[in-house]
Amino acid sequence: MTAEVQKARRGRALPIPWERIPWWLVILAIVGITVGWSVLTSEAYTKVIKFVAAGLKLTLQVTLISFGISLIVGLIFGLMRVSKNPVLYAVSTLYVEVMRGVPLLVIILYMGYVITPVIRDATGGRVDLQGIPAAVSGIAICYGAYLAEVYRSGIQSIERGQMEAARSLGMSYIQAMRHVILPQAIRRILPPLGNDFISMLKDSSLIAVIALPDLLQMGRLYVSRTFRAFEGYNTVALLYLVLTLFLSLMVRIVERRTAIE
Amino acid sequence: MSEPIIKIEHVHKHFGHLKAVVDVSTEVQQGEVVVIIGPSGAGKSTLLRCINNLETIDGGRIVVDGVSITETPDINEVRAEIGMVFQLFNLFPHLTALENITLAQRVVRKRGREEAEATAREQLAKVGISEKWNSYPSQLSGGQQQRVAIARALAMDPKIMLFDEPTSALDPEMIKGVLDVMLDLARDGMTMVVVSHEMGFVRAAADRIIFMDNGSIVEETSPHGLFTAPKEDRTKLFLSQILRHE
Repeated sequence: MTAEVQKARRGRALPIPWERIPWWLVILAIVGITVGWSVLTSEAYTKVIKFVAAGLKLTLQVTLISFGISLIVGLIFGLMRVSKNPVLYAVSTLYVEVMRGVPLLVIILYMGYVITPVIRDATGGRVDLQGIPAAVSGIAICYGAYLAEVYRSGIQSIERGQMEAARSLGMSYIQAMRHVILPQAIRRILPPLGNDFISMLKDSSLIAVIALPDLLQMGRLYVSRTFRAFEGYNTVALLYLVLTLFLSLMVRIVERRTAIE
Repeated sequence: MSEPIIKIEHVHKHFGHLKAVVDVSTEVQQGEVVVIIGPSGAGKSTLLRCINNLETIDGGRIVVDGVSITETPDINEVRAEIGMVFQLFNLFPHLTALENITLAQRVVRKRGREEAEATAREQLAKVGISEKWNSYPSQLSGGQQQRVAIARALAMDPKIMLFDEPTSALDPEMIKGVLDVMLDLARDGMTMVVVSHEMGFVRAAADRIIFMDNGSIVEETSPHGLFTAPKEDRTKLFLSQILRHE
């Protein structure tokens, strides 16, 4: 670099080179502030927000619980997918292929209107999944299949020598998985896990079809009562966007914290 | 002569159509240092990996310290007594040097944290890199990583150490440090089976040389015999090739 260019760089007001500025964030922030300002100062929007606030809570609740469950379901089936045991492998492959092949909307309807009544009748009404449990289990078993594949890819991306070194020290397969393979695999799959987390938040809007009052359902209710589709759906879309951006930020922080030096 | 600590009887191993090890029989005595040499693809590493069942043998029998490794109900118990050092170190990258050495002690040997760490520090001192205990593998040079790997294996108090080309992935200036550690081990009476072409180590430490080619043992001899009077033509040719530049 010549002295003149260096001088020009130093003279510039920006502390970092322009190409390294996260422009997407800057644009988003400007739009966000403008929209946020007009929303918060307009009575029409504050009304909508107050109305859909309860739905926001349900959306978050369903997403968090479903994601927690699907993380565990995915781990179990992901481990079965890399297992040498033909039965475990066949069962997990069947699960993954079936659940991946059916739309989530269909799974949720199925859980709500087929499985739930069947279980209710079979147990004489003692076990009733009606409502949130049906929605959560529908989302969790569907995403469990996707996450199983994410876990599998993570486990298979770890060099064979890692398992060999662990086994040569006398560790069992399970000990080697737990202490050597999984800690490395999970660090590697954090980006796709975060991706699925965000997409699950959005897909949770499908639970509106079994009449659960989530963010989208409350928005629709508001629109049908007031005929203010513009404000209603604007608010719903914005709130989803705020939530997903927030999650996206969280995922970044977790990735940075757990990175291997 | 007492009962050998490793008995290899008519061992076969194939990968699909490729016959990697063909009818190999040999024995290793307690405290003996055996070096396996031979051209690449001769089946040296495969044979070594068969000893701790990283490769399952397709025929024959391997008995380590009185236990048949194919018939034992708990292979992990046998493996805990056999340390292994790999060509590419295979350290656990998410753990520090100290944690690499304490992990198996804690999960396999069920040692407490303090005992495991004390052993780890002792082993790190032995391999000459005490000050690197808190470094991650990626912060260490190849030679340092290999020494941590040796310390990790030694911390389990193994009866046998297997070395699979421990210096062939190292820069020349790193090799000496690792070989010195291996020489110390040999002097302390450790039973060692080493796949290596380090002729310096062979001269200084080997009790016996096994020359392999095409999956079989061609010649077994003392280091003196190897350098002065190799019996087989195949051995002579191989030696003339690797010794040309020494």
